[in-house]
Amino acid sequence: MLESFLASTIAMATPILLAALGELVVEQSGVINIGIEGAMLSGAFAALVAVYFSGGMICGLVVAAAAALAVNALLAVLVINIAVNQVVAGTALNLLVAGITGVAYREVFGVTGRALTVRALAPLPLGPLTRIPLLGPALFDQSPLAYLALLLTAIVGYAIARTRAGLRLRACGEHPEAAAALGINVYRMRWTALLFAGVLSGLGGAYLTLVYTNTFVEGITGGRGFVALALVIIGRWRAWGIAAAALLFGAAMALQFTLQATVTNLPYQLFLALPYLLTLLVLALMSGQAAAPSALGRSYLRE
Amino acid sequence: MSARALLPSLAALLLAALLVAVTLLLLGVSPTRAATGLLDGAFGSPLAITDTLVKATPLIFCGLAVALAFEGALWNIGADGQLIAGAVAAGGIGPRLASWPHPLAVSALLLVGALGGGAWGWIAGWLRARRNVSEVISTIMLNYSAAQILAWAVHGPLIEASRAFPESSAIAASARLQLYFAPSRLNLGMALAAVLSGLAYLYLYRSAWGFALRAIGRSPRAATFHGLATTRVIITTLVLSGALAGLGGAVQVTAITHRLYEAFSPGWGYEAIAVALVARLNPLAIVPSAIFFGALDNGAQAMQRAAGVSAVLVQVIEALVIIILLAFDSAAGRRLGRGLLSPATPDSAEVDA
Repeated sequence: MLESFLASTIAMATPILLAALGELVVEQSGVINIGIEGAMLSGAFAALVAVYFSGGMICGLVVAAAAALAVNALLAVLVINIAVNQVVAGTALNLLVAGITGVAYREVFGVTGRALTVRALAPLPLGPLTRIPLLGPALFDQSPLAYLALLLTAIVGYAIARTRAGLRLRACGEHPEAAAALGINVYRMRWTALLFAGVLSGLGGAYLTLVYTNTFVEGITGGRGFVALALVIIGRWRAWGIAAAALLFGAAMALQFTLQATVTNLPYQLFLALPYLLTLLVLALMSGQAAAPSALGRSYLRE
Repeated sequence: MSARALLPSLAALLLAALLVAVTLLLLGVSPTRAATGLLDGAFGSPLAITDTLVKATPLIFCGLAVALAFEGALWNIGADGQLIAGAVAAGGIGPRLASWPHPLAVSALLLVGALGGGAWGWIAGWLRARRNVSEVISTIMLNYSAAQILAWAVHGPLIEASRAFPESSAIAASARLQLYFAPSRLNLGMALAAVLSGLAYLYLYRSAWGFALRAIGRSPRAATFHGLATTRVIITTLVLSGALAGLGGAVQVTAITHRLYEAFSPGWGYEAIAVALVARLNPLAIVPSAIFFGALDNGAQAMQRAAGVSAVLVQVIEALVIIILLAFDSAAGRRLGRGLLSPATPDSAEVDA
């Protein structure tokens, strides 16, 4: 039971970690993306359509990434090039994608009433490692996307903190005018960040349809995009902090399933509220966003 | 604010309708059939018209909540959670008011709803004013918390007597707002919403508090410099904003649903952002704007039957209207030096006029 709990902790943590790593990069560039939920939803839907019609997993992942990339490109035009309010634009994109996927689902698959299922993305067991007692099957028999999330945690964390590109990215988020004066192309930096995040949100969304459920229902993301937003804060804008926070929430979600099966009358809805309440608590205790980029959410228009 | 200020809104609505019509054509759906279905469902009969007004009512309350906060550059995305908090408070005490006289019971229910929503708004206001926490993040988190608490309440402490259905017990008959125009569901909630839009207008444009709020919205630094108590204004505004949305939740409980259930709000708080933006944040314009969106919601099902296109298409229209208005506003803002809503920040501490 502990073994399956550990395995499902990681399974639950993977999609929110992927999306949160993207959001970390976006926020370091000075943009706040309220539309992660929409980008994930577009990825989830696109993955289903692509796998249903092509049958190929790679195709599903690529199409999912492309769909979320398109959503984030629209957001980039709005918040970077014409500098509209980032919060309202992100909220509008969430509504837009929820509407489009709802309409498109009906147009593509009709209303047959039967649940539409696709093949699952198979786990990738890492050979002898899976034979380690307890940890082996939990850690080394996961979806390829879970390994990717771990790998990206290391890469993103290192790149932001230790590379020249990371320094330039953070300059855009701390003081875009100064960054521009130093010859950094703030627009290009923020565009790149949003496109990168789009790919990760799309993969996070694809994980929901191709690994969790093998189907698509309206609102399948269930607030995970907002949990990703919360993870960035709780992880204090550090990749490994975010990964730890993702595991914590993955555990809370996994615990809910485990307990639901064994304990009756469990107020599991309160478990589901946990990430949100914890975010509020952490923010209150941090007294503001000491670790947040200074220019987060502030529009910057090129002279 | 003159009627001319609403011209961009009309243009945005037309442009959104045009975009959707072209998309429908490409999908092989007849836009005229969709439009006639929509209109028929929204205004095709006296009952359809009154139901449009009923559907507009929560949107007026939430639209006012959004407009009030946005005027102060407080980005309250949490009208949905505040409405749910108000509904839970009202639906929670409703069944216990059986022995109360009708006017008192209804008043108590509405008051409790406003208090519930106000409390939910206060959390965001306090976090923002005292702990410097962005109200954008806090209100989103409070939306999800409220939705989960509602789900827990109707499965647990508030579940109806037979414990068979995940819904709360019906509120006492004395606490129900009567439907004077049966069979239509038209009720006094609509009138209350209209009165409040007038009061909100006076508050925003004719009172010292409204002046302070708008000054802070334009430039918090200058407002502080002129000795305005920004902390108090921020907390008061988010409490009032939450109370308006909470009242909307209570009206829904006392007049329409009489009980609570999961997914009580279909997203009124988010739709209200479109309502408020189309009204250019003017409380008086929020009533017609909400009726427009109420008509979309009400006609959506009929459109689905007539043209075979999903009712959530309406959500696409709402989103497009917001995006187009933002884009218009940004263009105007550059010409005039600053727009109503842009460029601005979620943490308005950095906004300067």
